[in-house]
Amino acid sequence: MAQAFGAQLSALRGRRRTRWRDLSPMRKREAKFGLLFILPWIIGVLLFALFPFVASFLLSFTKYNIVAPPKWVGLEHYAHIFTDDPLFVKSLWNTFVYVAGSVIIRIVLGFALALLLNTKVRFLGLWRTLFYLPSVVPIVALSVIWLYVLNARAGLLNSLLYAIGLPRVRWFADPDFAMLAFLIMSTTWVGVTMVIFLAGLQGIPEEYYDAAKIDGANVFQRLLRVTIPLMTPTIYLNVLINIIGAFQVFTQIFIMTGGAPRDATRTYVLHLFDHAFQYLPPQMGYSSALAWILFMIIFAFTAVIVATSQRWVFYQGGEAD
Amino acid sequence: MSAATSPRSVLESNGFVLLSRLVGRALLYLLLIVMSLWFLAPLFWMIMSSFMPLDQVGVFPVQWIPRVWQPENYTDALKFWNFGTTFRNTMFVTIVSLIGDIGSCTVVAYGFARFRFPFRDALFLILLATLMLPFAVRLIPVYAAYDAIGWIDTFYPLIVPSFFGNAFYIFICRQFFLGIPQDLLDAAKIDGASEVRIFTQVMIPLAKPAIVVIAILSFQNSWNDFLGPLIYLKDPDLHTLAIGLYKFTSLPGQGGIYNQQMAASTLMVLPVLIVFFLFQKQFIQGANISGLKG
Repeated sequence: MAQAFGAQLSALRGRRRTRWRDLSPMRKREAKFGLLFILPWIIGVLLFALFPFVASFLLSFTKYNIVAPPKWVGLEHYAHIFTDDPLFVKSLWNTFVYVAGSVIIRIVLGFALALLLNTKVRFLGLWRTLFYLPSVVPIVALSVIWLYVLNARAGLLNSLLYAIGLPRVRWFADPDFAMLAFLIMSTTWVGVTMVIFLAGLQGIPEEYYDAAKIDGANVFQRLLRVTIPLMTPTIYLNVLINIIGAFQVFTQIFIMTGGAPRDATRTYVLHLFDHAFQYLPPQMGYSSALAWILFMIIFAFTAVIVATSQRWVFYQGGEAD
Repeated sequence: MSAATSPRSVLESNGFVLLSRLVGRALLYLLLIVMSLWFLAPLFWMIMSSFMPLDQVGVFPVQWIPRVWQPENYTDALKFWNFGTTFRNTMFVTIVSLIGDIGSCTVVAYGFARFRFPFRDALFLILLATLMLPFAVRLIPVYAAYDAIGWIDTFYPLIVPSFFGNAFYIFICRQFFLGIPQDLLDAAKIDGASEVRIFTQVMIPLAKPAIVVIAILSFQNSWNDFLGPLIYLKDPDLHTLAIGLYKFTSLPGQGGIYNQQMAASTLMVLPVLIVFFLFQKQFIQGANISGLKG
């Protein structure tokens, strides 16, 4: 998709602008049909993207509790967030930890599993299905199941630790372990990245490996010099998608801990959600300011990754399609 | 003749290669089995615990097989949770959104794929950009707007947006339409078919694979949605399965009643697993399209 984005951008560049009055009657007819077909999306993007995007920016400068009309307060919320909201710093830090941990888990473990399955194993379809299966389970059910898995007294994970001779952990009572528990739970979705990487690996022509073998490259050299470079577009896109997603982690945290113990699992979106929907009176203006800061952070991360991608992402046959 | 090329040592070294390959393969399959266990154990344990008596779900280390099979856990769980209502509500939201998503996204995707009009590429760029907009930024204004028009405690916030196109599904469908040869369309045009007829009778049947992928993504999206129902549906008669399960497990006195909690979870997971096993290939295709290229 990032590739499509780039392709779209370059398609725009250096293109002669088509003006409505220059179009022939036939082209006008075609254009009318096209606009008619995309009309639902145009209305949708105005209502569900542009309007909330602008409105939340404006609301971030107001006090707003839904019942009364918004009251302008200027930069008050932003000043408060940066100087007087310890939970902002805490939740942002927790979110960074979750983003770093879960993205590494999904990319590295997903890639490793895909490599394992790309060695002409038997029953490839079966393994792929088994690994992918947990990621289709609804998040609410997963949360309920994992609350039990991570139960300190009778949980599955502590039984596993016990079986290999390690001490039990009080996952959600111990601030040092609570976020780790969510990272362990995030292995549930490794199947998604694995399936994507596997499809990418299967698309690498066998000749490349044959050529590398003839040149005397061993398994690790082939991995480092052939497989990984050819997979960089897929890795790049998945890093991007997973980072954007992980920054917005919410549901499992809301259901399982609500931010406990001692705000050790309070993530950014949970903090934002609490201000808008849990606290009384609701602080929708403050929450909007938090949302816009999150947007800027995600935007900055995306921009940096996109900007540096040219240095490490290698597209086969030059330009993307 | 050097030792390395003597017939005997060749045989030995072949034996060694064979052996190491065998060990390698064995390790590979062992690793795959261990990983499968890691991924599947929680689900298997959920099903097993859902049949266990209460005193067995608190045993440490855990036990896998119910001492006595206790299907009553299911009926007991259902006493506290109006499963029928939440199931019906979820089905309703899921099916209506599915129709909305398929209808709007195929139409819009066709518009982007097959017609030339001013600003088309710029508009498509905007479409891709909306995919990166965090939901948190949209949450509050959209909620306030629904509140203002009296849509809180109705299904409208959960179904109406699907009729205005989902950027990601439009993207999938457009890529698919672009791959359909232009000759087919030209032939239909020469036969005098109208634009609408070409779309409904030529393109839609051809786009079936893309539509199935969209249908699955849409189904998963509605069935699993938690945040939407959480903020928009306060009336228990409107609750969906996700909210029903959440409310049930957070009832006072439900703490530690894991056998009933697992029974309730199994009830919510089962329909998804059935759909997954029926459409495995399309599920995996859906994941691939979302992450591979484009």
